[in-house]
Amino acid sequence: MVKKKIFSSLILAFVLLLTYVPILILIIYSFTDSAFVGQWKGFSLALYLRLFSDREIMLIVKDTILLALAAASISTILGTVGAIGIYYSKKRTAKAMSAISNIPMINAEIITAVSLVLLFTMFFGGKSMFSLLSGHVVITIPFVVVSVIPKLKQMDDNLYEAALDLGATPLKALLTVVLPEIIPGIVSGFMLSVTLSLDDYIVTAFTKPNTFSTISTYVYESMNRPATSKLPELRALSAIIFFAILGVALLSAFRKNKQQGDSF
Amino acid sequence: MTENAEKIIEMINVTREYFDTVAVENMNLYIRKGEFVTLLGPSGCGKTTTLRMIAGFEMPTSGKIFLNGKDITHLPPYLRPVNTVFQRYALFPHMNVFDNIAYGLRQKRVAVTYRDEKGREFTRLEKLSHDEIAKKVEKALKMVELEGFERRAIHTLSGGQQQRVAIARAIVNEPQILLLDEPLGALDLKMRKEMQFELKQMHRKLGITFIYVTHDQEEALTMSDTVVVMNDGVIQQIGTPEDIYNQPKNVFVANFIGESNIFSGTMVGKLKVKFAGATFDCVDDFPKNEKVDVVVRPEDIILTEEGEGQLSGKVIDSIFKGIHYEMTVIAGKTEILVQSTQEWPVGSFVGIKVDPENIHIMKKEFYENKFDGYITKRNTVVFGDGEYECDVTQLYPGSTLDDDGYLVLEGGERIDLTDNDVKVTVGLKDIDLADGEEGGGAVGEIISCIYKGDHYQVIVRTRENEEDYVVDTDYLWNEGDIVSVSIDKSKIKMKLKEEAKGKK
Repeated sequence: MVKKKIFSSLILAFVLLLTYVPILILIIYSFTDSAFVGQWKGFSLALYLRLFSDREIMLIVKDTILLALAAASISTILGTVGAIGIYYSKKRTAKAMSAISNIPMINAEIITAVSLVLLFTMFFGGKSMFSLLSGHVVITIPFVVVSVIPKLKQMDDNLYEAALDLGATPLKALLTVVLPEIIPGIVSGFMLSVTLSLDDYIVTAFTKPNTFSTISTYVYESMNRPATSKLPELRALSAIIFFAILGVALLSAFRKNKQQGDSF
Repeated sequence: MTENAEKIIEMINVTREYFDTVAVENMNLYIRKGEFVTLLGPSGCGKTTTLRMIAGFEMPTSGKIFLNGKDITHLPPYLRPVNTVFQRYALFPHMNVFDNIAYGLRQKRVAVTYRDEKGREFTRLEKLSHDEIAKKVEKALKMVELEGFERRAIHTLSGGQQQRVAIARAIVNEPQILLLDEPLGALDLKMRKEMQFELKQMHRKLGITFIYVTHDQEEALTMSDTVVVMNDGVIQQIGTPEDIYNQPKNVFVANFIGESNIFSGTMVGKLKVKFAGATFDCVDDFPKNEKVDVVVRPEDIILTEEGEGQLSGKVIDSIFKGIHYEMTVIAGKTEILVQSTQEWPVGSFVGIKVDPENIHIMKKEFYENKFDGYITKRNTVVFGDGEYECDVTQLYPGSTLDDDGYLVLEGGERIDLTDNDVKVTVGLKDIDLADGEEGGGAVGEIISCIYKGDHYQVIVRTRENEEDYVVDTDYLWNEGDIVSVSIDKSKIKMKLKEEAKGKK
């Protein structure tokens, strides 16, 4: 038994190592002022200082975050309304609707991207901020739908009926009774959308206007022209993003634990 | 409740169907103002559906519902002066006790009349003020004895307390009718008894109509002015608790309400009925030789010394139940359930006596099975969702079958019987049941099994067209068992349908 346990923990350690070693190396080398990973020139925060004083990168970071927040807000509203619609539809309609809304999630992203470009060049005069925002909304909506629907299913159906019974109109009942019950699902859908939008490359690259960059498209472009690039600074940026995401993940895990603690 | 109080709710020919099942079938029911009415029946009998239609959560497929003479069939729930106490309370978890109870009041708009500077009157719809709401909530909390609980979160309350909040939340709106959907089902026995008493008091105090749904017959009998017994979406009997208990209209009601001995009997003379192998005087007048069902409550059977009474038997089982002993006495082939404060030891021989007024006689419901069927190419008969071997020569007296499957009449005429419609009758005892799907004609589910003294009366319902077979059997079956039906060839009695006869 003991042997078996050691073996399984060894495998686990190996897998975790494989997953996290590249990121760890990146983070370690963000604390030295060298041109490429592998070259250690002693501990230094120079990359971070240069990163924060680089106006171009800072602008891109700001744009990326704003885009993520805007896209996530829109898809959270649309996705929540959609989830409620699906939940209260007749069984067959609901099944069809939820299957259709899940397509962007399972469809290859490149296909979504290409079809969006075609649509926007044909009907909306080419690529613009509008096409970029729409693209991000399209890829994040299904994630909002799938995080809200379970909350609706967990809810006691009689709550909505009780509100109607007490004189609330359907809309009022939805806002005052159903919505508070599904808020946790809406919040996690929003957070999921933000992270998805932040690190999306394919749809962004296809739908963005030429003068606009997000972190991921900027990193990709930098890789292609190493001479003029700011790749070392991007190491520092990557480290920051990693810790930010880690923070969000821990926070939501903690919140989930707390919720479960409440209900039991 | 007075006899001529006006009708507050009237349901006329109300039917509610789901995709393929009928939850409520052609219901006609009225409820008087101020009454405490209980809809009673086993699960799936349509009682909750009926309540939900009165609340407005479900619309009847056909039929009409009137409230105070006004058609409310399609009125949405938020416009009905009716409030519901839900089975699982359905309190809003994110609100505290006060906000839960105040929810209905906050939706309310009352017409307030003002006078402007020129003395003209005008009315405006206004929300209730905070003070008014607080006062009403306080009063409702007092009514359910939860003063001081205003700020408590819902999940900190016990089941009983949540129940009280749910009741307060409904009555604070001063509805004309309070609907209660098995509100005490989740409480323990002691709590339930207490709430029964309190609900009854509340009904008296508020003076409004209560419509109460339960499957607990004791609850129904102790609380109600009127009990509506339902089964299979159909009302079986409406009456006072005394009526329902003492004068059950049919076997279902007798079996569902309280414990009872149900015997198959025959009227053998004016006010004389024979069952369990003896003749008894009775008070119900039925024609001579009519087959009847006889109901005798266990507490109405008197055990005496052997040799006295109308019957004699032997005690084979005795259980102490607290207030009485429950004994099983076997008299000939018939088992009789007896409740008495005096115990007769197991093995003792006793005399059995029943007073005439305690013998309740009902018209026998199932005397034989009747089906519509038709003859197939192979000279078998199809009815009740099954195909059976049969003797087709009985359709024409003196006829015979030839080798090719044609029926040869007495006069020598050959006829083909294929697709001829027939009326089929099969006796209750002539049907055999077997476990599982194989081994017979129709396959169905046992939907009822009622003990009739010396045998069980079972109803088998087929899946396809919901045909019912009524079967008398010596074996105990469980409701929900899947069985196959087989009938001996000689026991299938057929008659040509009149129109079919004409076509010949």
